[in-house]
Amino acid sequence: MVNNNKTKNYSMAVNRRQFIKLTSGFTFTLALGSIGLKSVAGNAAGREQSLSVWVRIDGSGKITIYNPVAEMGQGSSTALPLILAEELDADWKQVEVENAPINPEIFGHDAIFGKMMMLTVGSFSVSSYFERLRIAGAQARHVLLLNAAENLAVPISELTTADSMVYHRFSGKQLSYADIAKFALVAALPLDIENIKLKPVDQFKLIGKNIPRVDIAGKLNGTAEYSIDVVVPGMKYGMIERSPVNGDSPLSFNAAELLAKKSISAVFAMDHGVAIIGDNIWAVIQARQALEVSWSKGALADNFDSSKAIEQYAALASAAESPTKVISTMGTSAEAAQHVNKNYQADYSVDFVYHAQMEPLNAVASVSTDGQKLDLWVGSQFPSGLRAEAAKLLNINIDNVNLHPCFLGGGFGRRSWHDFGLEAIQMSAVAKAPVKLLWSREDDLKNGAFRPMSLQRISAGVDQQGSLQSWHHRTIGDDFYLTASGAELPFYQIPYKVIDFRKIDIGIRTKHWRGVAHGPNKFAIESFIDEVALGEAADPYQFRRKLLAQSPRPLKVLDKAVSMSPWGSKPSQGRALGLSFAEGFGSLTAGVVEISLDESLGKIRVHRVWLAVDAGIIVQPDNAIRQLEGGIVQAISSVTLESVTFRDGAIQQSNFHDYPVLKMADTPQITISFIQSELPPSGIGEAAIPFIGGAIGNAFAALTGKRLRHLPFTTNRVKTVLNS
Amino acid sequence: MIKLKINGGTIPFEGDPDTPLLWVIRDTAGLKGTKFGCGKGLCGACSIHLDGNVMRSCVLPVSAIANMSITTIEGISVDGSHPVQQAWLKEAVPQCGYCQSGMIMAAVDLLNKNSQPTDADINQSITNICRCGTYPRIRKAIHNASSFKK
Repeated sequence: MVNNNKTKNYSMAVNRRQFIKLTSGFTFTLALGSIGLKSVAGNAAGREQSLSVWVRIDGSGKITIYNPVAEMGQGSSTALPLILAEELDADWKQVEVENAPINPEIFGHDAIFGKMMMLTVGSFSVSSYFERLRIAGAQARHVLLLNAAENLAVPISELTTADSMVYHRFSGKQLSYADIAKFALVAALPLDIENIKLKPVDQFKLIGKNIPRVDIAGKLNGTAEYSIDVVVPGMKYGMIERSPVNGDSPLSFNAAELLAKKSISAVFAMDHGVAIIGDNIWAVIQARQALEVSWSKGALADNFDSSKAIEQYAALASAAESPTKVISTMGTSAEAAQHVNKNYQADYSVDFVYHAQMEPLNAVASVSTDGQKLDLWVGSQFPSGLRAEAAKLLNINIDNVNLHPCFLGGGFGRRSWHDFGLEAIQMSAVAKAPVKLLWSREDDLKNGAFRPMSLQRISAGVDQQGSLQSWHHRTIGDDFYLTASGAELPFYQIPYKVIDFRKIDIGIRTKHWRGVAHGPNKFAIESFIDEVALGEAADPYQFRRKLLAQSPRPLKVLDKAVSMSPWGSKPSQGRALGLSFAEGFGSLTAGVVEISLDESLGKIRVHRVWLAVDAGIIVQPDNAIRQLEGGIVQAISSVTLESVTFRDGAIQQSNFHDYPVLKMADTPQITISFIQSELPPSGIGEAAIPFIGGAIGNAFAALTGKRLRHLPFTTNRVKTVLNS
Repeated sequence: MIKLKINGGTIPFEGDPDTPLLWVIRDTAGLKGTKFGCGKGLCGACSIHLDGNVMRSCVLPVSAIANMSITTIEGISVDGSHPVQQAWLKEAVPQCGYCQSGMIMAAVDLLNKNSQPTDADINQSITNICRCGTYPRIRKAIHNASSFKK
């Protein structure tokens, strides 16, 4: 994880070295001896000028800014262009947003893997592009000023800009950006980079001002296009019957029977399933009913039984000798042992959880008849990676792969894999026609890639004063990052800490789900902190205050959460409050939840949630609040309802009747407050996920005196714990 | 052949009469605003109005509704000006947006029948799934929608 907590004085001039490093697009155009301005003779009313690789302007004043990230509802396709527009001093009414070409060297970022990628994950879009797009906007503005200065024959230092206008205050002369675009010259101009300044935060006109999202109007009237909506001439429809167990393959199937059906044109084996192609989707859905497949055996997941798996996880946690990856360590056990007076230990665990994005996976692929060109319409979180994999799959030059990014009907981490795009390409190649590959909801669930099952074992020692002296958190799961992210304790002051991971191989497809392992780990940590606090007859809030005494920023967030909620006053009859703190994605959160419990049903109801967030500068505050609300809803859903279970390697759930997700009736009242900050923006999209599990578990304990340690808190588990 | 009345026009359909209305709306009529979410009537993304009542089109065989009037999201206004659409815009309800056509059709139906719904009314009538969790904003927009009536 990249630490975004760097402080910068943004009113300082940007020096040349920073500039070259942060704007790879500009090094490209600078190398050409040009800053992208083309010379235009005569009437330029219809011509467009590139001010940089990111932005172009035409004679009418229309300013087109590229969006480099996947739009999956988080609003980054507005937030990123507006960051550039801010420093450009553009009139936002003139701005149009276009999806950037899939060219990671120019439009990607390297914040996650140190390599340029167009990869929208990790709540990173605003934070990874913020500085870069500000500089790009300032650079483009500088280009306009250089040209204006020459045109007006005045020193550039006497010019100011606002709302797509350049002003010369001494003479009263002014030029619009549209005017400048008409006569702007190729720069053999020496680019005076040393003097480019970024705006002081207090002069922002767009950042922090709640600019309406550019994508929302189309999402109200049925015109917003997702890949599932794309139609191309000659397009066929396809579906795939996939192996019920991950890793097995089709051995035999009744292809002839399906091919005899009118409207079915192809039935063929893939590594993991049987593909069916037909003229319309209903014919394919119907034909699938008649498909009979015998599947191979021998995949690792063949015998996986999720109801028994946790015992193996616990056994691995206890094993005396086993490969162990130490994530972080501080202090020594010998030193800690001198102070420890009492020990605590508990195991926490989480079930598999499914993304359940509302648009089932799909893609439209069109391989040319000579097999040398590809058009792919897809909603992908990782389009640069998919484009490269597509070229490899077809063994063609990547320049011949046209990836058309579409809106995603939800991503949440599922769509950075390439499986659904590559399947569509294979099918188009076989069909020798464009194919729209559709996953049914059952396909999407049964071939999901889940937040993994994991076990968290925490043991801690406190001294005679009731303070934590030692802490050992062991995480058990099938993948290091998917199991252990968020297990670290960057802020709680505990002299001796060991956090480690042991791997168990299960053969199940697992993936980043919103929050990755921060949800499971903070559930364990924040539940355990309360268990220790209560064991030491300490108030959970005061106990955390002591742990955060050396960390003013987290302390402020914790205090804010408490002060904005009824924490400290007696809840009404049958209700209880729970508190938790969590950091993640560069941001700090603390929250309080109010719950009640229907004991006969075992149903926990969350009535109200209060959340305090420190995420640095918030580019779009109202949108950020909506993201956090949505994260809270999704987190409550995963904590109280959601579980994917396996028997003999196959998933037992199939649709929303047996994989319920939270609906309107169970949605609490949510109040969110931001800590005002001038630090650079940090992650919002996943920030509201981690605190919920611990907060609800702690509220349950306050209400009943009993502890829930296994997510989700299904009605059966609640009843079992109540009766224990 | 079946003739379907959609948004005030007529669309002929010559395919399998068991075809769910959803696919006829999307692929025969070419109206893509109505979405496929689950195929089992569980999520509401496919919601349309049938003779003025909200229905889930993914579980309605087209043969069963031949003489009824279908309204899709494209048909509730020509320019996004329906009070519910205006309320949704003002509250900036959509995130990924995929569920919102169905959600709006469900909200329009509720408000057509109950112009001042309580929170309990909303809980009972709005059962569509939104995975992005826009429910708090949907609730607020429904409460505000009557102020946008022309």
